[in-house]
Amino acid sequence: MKKTILSITAIATLAIGLIGCGGAKKDGSGAMSGGNAEKVYVAPGEHDEFYGFISGGFSGQLAVYGLPSGRLFKVIPVFSQDPEKAYGYNEETKPMLNTSYGFVPWDDAHHPDISQTNGELDGRWCFINGNNTPRIARIDLKTFETTEIIEIPNSAGNHSSSFVTENTEYVVAGTRFSVPVPQRDMPIDEYKGNFKGALSFISVDQEDGGMDLSFQILMPGFDYDLAHPGRGASHGWFFFTTYNSEEAHTLMEVNASQNDKDFIAAINWKKAEEYIKEGKFKTMPANYAHNVYDEHTHTATSTMKKEVRALDPAECPGLVYFLPTPKSPHGCDVDPSGEYIVGNGKLSANLTIHSFTKMLEAIKNEKFAGEAYGIPVLNFEDVLAGTVVQPGLGPLHTEFDDKGNAYTTFFISSEVVKWKLGTWEVLDRKPTYYSVGHLMIPAGNSRKPSGKYLVAMNKITKDRYLPTGPELCQSAQLYDISGDKMELLLDFPTIGEPHYAAGCSADLIKEQQTKIYKLEENKHAWVAKNEKEAKVTRNGKEVHIQMTMIRSHFAPDNIEGIKVGDKVYFHVTNLEQDFDVPHGFAMIGANTSELLIMPGQTESFVWEPKQPGVWPMYCTDFCSALHQEMQGYVRVSPAGSNIELSWSLDGE
Amino acid sequence: MKTINLIVAIATLSLFASCGGGDSTQEAGTAAPESMVKKEAAAPGKDLGVGPIKSGSLGETVDEALAKTGMETFEAKCTACHKMGKRFVGPDLTGVVSRREPEWIMNMILDPELMVKENEAAKQLLMEYSAPMANQNLTEEEARGILEYFRTL
Repeated sequence: MKKTILSITAIATLAIGLIGCGGAKKDGSGAMSGGNAEKVYVAPGEHDEFYGFISGGFSGQLAVYGLPSGRLFKVIPVFSQDPEKAYGYNEETKPMLNTSYGFVPWDDAHHPDISQTNGELDGRWCFINGNNTPRIARIDLKTFETTEIIEIPNSAGNHSSSFVTENTEYVVAGTRFSVPVPQRDMPIDEYKGNFKGALSFISVDQEDGGMDLSFQILMPGFDYDLAHPGRGASHGWFFFTTYNSEEAHTLMEVNASQNDKDFIAAINWKKAEEYIKEGKFKTMPANYAHNVYDEHTHTATSTMKKEVRALDPAECPGLVYFLPTPKSPHGCDVDPSGEYIVGNGKLSANLTIHSFTKMLEAIKNEKFAGEAYGIPVLNFEDVLAGTVVQPGLGPLHTEFDDKGNAYTTFFISSEVVKWKLGTWEVLDRKPTYYSVGHLMIPAGNSRKPSGKYLVAMNKITKDRYLPTGPELCQSAQLYDISGDKMELLLDFPTIGEPHYAAGCSADLIKEQQTKIYKLEENKHAWVAKNEKEAKVTRNGKEVHIQMTMIRSHFAPDNIEGIKVGDKVYFHVTNLEQDFDVPHGFAMIGANTSELLIMPGQTESFVWEPKQPGVWPMYCTDFCSALHQEMQGYVRVSPAGSNIELSWSLDGE
Repeated sequence: MKTINLIVAIATLSLFASCGGGDSTQEAGTAAPESMVKKEAAAPGKDLGVGPIKSGSLGETVDEALAKTGMETFEAKCTACHKMGKRFVGPDLTGVVSRREPEWIMNMILDPELMVKENEAAKQLLMEYSAPMANQNLTEEEARGILEYFRTL
C-alpha cells in the first residue's frame, strides 16, 4: 500500500514538473497562456528567439536587441566614435572613419539589412548606411564588429540604402539629395535639369564580403527615398521610390508636393551588368574612401579610390522604367513572392500596389505614357495591381508575414494596419505610441518572413516612459502577429532614432560567434605574443611600447626613460585565450579613450606626456579578483634628461 | 522499500531532464554524475583531477621532440604567469610531475574552471594564489606537449 502511494506521488510530481517547465519554454500559446507579460518574458539564463538589429539613427550606431524580451545586448559602433570600445579612437580603427572630407567621427545610420542567399537571410553580414556623409558599412555577424566602410561619391543624403539583392550580389545606395555631378560651383536655382541623382550598385565578394563600387546610374535630379530588391520572378530588378519629381530646390515641403504622382523607378540591374560588359559606361574621376578592417592585423586601412563607372539611363534602353505612384511615396516594399511592389505614398489617401507581371507586360508592349529625361514612364493603370482604400493617414513602410498578409505603418494616424495581399482588404489595425516610422518583421523583406512578431519603431514617446528632461528616449513596440488580430506586447526604449531594423532567428547566427582571436594568428605590426616579446623602442621622439596583459598584470609594468615631448605609442596585446576575458587599458591624461582589448587582440593609442613625474596606468575592465592590482607606472623625465629607456616586470 | 526509493529517484531524474531546456542547465546536469564516475574510477590515493583526461600513460623516457614543442607552447601561452624556479603569479612548476599525476596536470591546463570548482587540490591552489588559472584554450595535444616539457625540468 505504502509503495503504491509513493509511486503515485512520484508520478504526480513528475507531471507537475513537466507542465511547469513546459509553460516557461513556450510562447504563451499553451494552456498556461493569458498574460502578455509571459509572452515577452525570457527567464534568467534563457536566450531570446530572435536577434533584432535596430539602427541607432543619429547616434550613428547599430543596436543589437533580443526579441521578444527587448533587452539591449550591444551597441555596435559603425559611423560614430565610441570611447567605450575605443572605436575611432585607437590607432587601429581611426582609418574606418576616414572619408574624402577627412576624418568624420559621426553619421546618421538608417537602414540595416542582413545578407541573403536565394532570397533568404543567411546571417553572414549586416549592412547599414550612413546618411549624411554617404557611406555603406558592413558588419561581420561572427564578430559583431564593423569590418568595412565604403564612401559613395556623387551622392548626398544616402537614404535609399543599404538594401541587398537576393544573393547579396549587390548592396545598393541611392542618393536622397540630387547634386551637381560632378560637384561644381553653380547657382542653386539652376537645379532643374542640371542636378543628378546617383544610384550606386556595390558588389559584394561572396567569400569575404568585400565591397566594391561596381557602377552608378545617373538618374534625373529627383529625391530617391527608399528601395527594395526584386525577389523570385523579379530578381534582377531593384525598385526605388522618388519624390520631388518637381525638381524643386527650396521650400520643399510645399514645392516638392505639387505633382499628383511621383515615381517608383524600376532598375533592371542585370541589364546594367550587360551594358557594363559592353563598355557602355563612362569612367568618371571621383574621390572616395574605402576602409577595411583586417581581423588578423586587427588594423584598418583606408584607401582613396579615384574613379567610378557611370551609366546614363537615356543612353541605355531597357535599364530604367518609371512607375507612376501617388504623392511622394516613401517606403518601397516588395512582397515575399516578388510580384507586388508597394508604394507607400505618404500624402496619399490610398496605398498603391504595383504588379511586376503587369509591368513586364506593359514594357513588352512598349505601352508608355511618355518619358522623363529619356526614361520611359509607364501608365499608372497598366501596372496597378490594386489599392488599399483609405487604410490610414501617412503611410510610410510595409513588411510582410508568412501568411500572405502585409503590415503598413501610418505616421499621421499613428497605427499599424494589417491587410491582405491580393484582396487588398484591411484586416486589423492597432495604435502605436506614437507616430510610427519603420516597422520590422524578422526576415520580413525576404522570401521567407517569420510570422511571429512585428516591431514598430516610433518617432515620439511623449508620456510613455519616466520623463528625462527635454530629450526623451525613442522607442520600439513589439506586437504579436501570430493570430488574426495583432496584440501589443511590449514597449522598449532604443538608442538614437530607430529607423529601420533587421531581424533574424537567433539560431541563424548564435553558433557562429567568434569567442577569441587566436594569438598565433595575430599579425598586428606591433604585437607581443608573450612577455618575452614585450619591449620598448625609441625612434627619435617616437616611443613604441609593446606591452602584454593577462590576469592580472601588464608586462612591462614599470617603464622609465620617457621624456616630455615624446610621442608614446602603447601597443597592448591581450594574451588571454579564453572566452569573455577582455582587458581595458587607460593612461592618465591620455588625450583619447581607453582601449578595450579582446582575448588575442592588439590595440594601440598615443600618449603625449606633458610634464615630468611618475604616471600610472591601469586595467579598466574588471577582469579578476586581482583586477585592482592590474596597474603600472611610467616615469617621465624632462625633455633633456639622460635617463635611459628601461622596462621591467617584477624587477626583470 | 528499495523499490520505492528507486521510483522516486527515476521520477526526480526525469524532472531534471524535462527542465534541461537551457544549454547551461543541461551541461551542469550531466557534468555532475560524470565527475562522480571519474572519482570512483580513480585508483585510491591517486588524484587525477576532473576534466577531459581520465587516464593516460607516460613513455619510459622523455620524448625530446614532443617536449620541445611543449616548451614552445608553454613560452607562448603560459609564461605570463609561470616562471621556472620562482613563484610568480602562479606556482613554480619545476618538479611539478613529481607532485601531481599527469592526468591532473593536463586537466588543470585544459579545464581549470572545473578543476577549481571540483578538485580539492586545485581549490587549495586558488586560495593560495588568488589569481585563477587562465584557460588558454589549448588542445589536448598541446597540453600533452607541455606535460612532456615538464618532465625535463
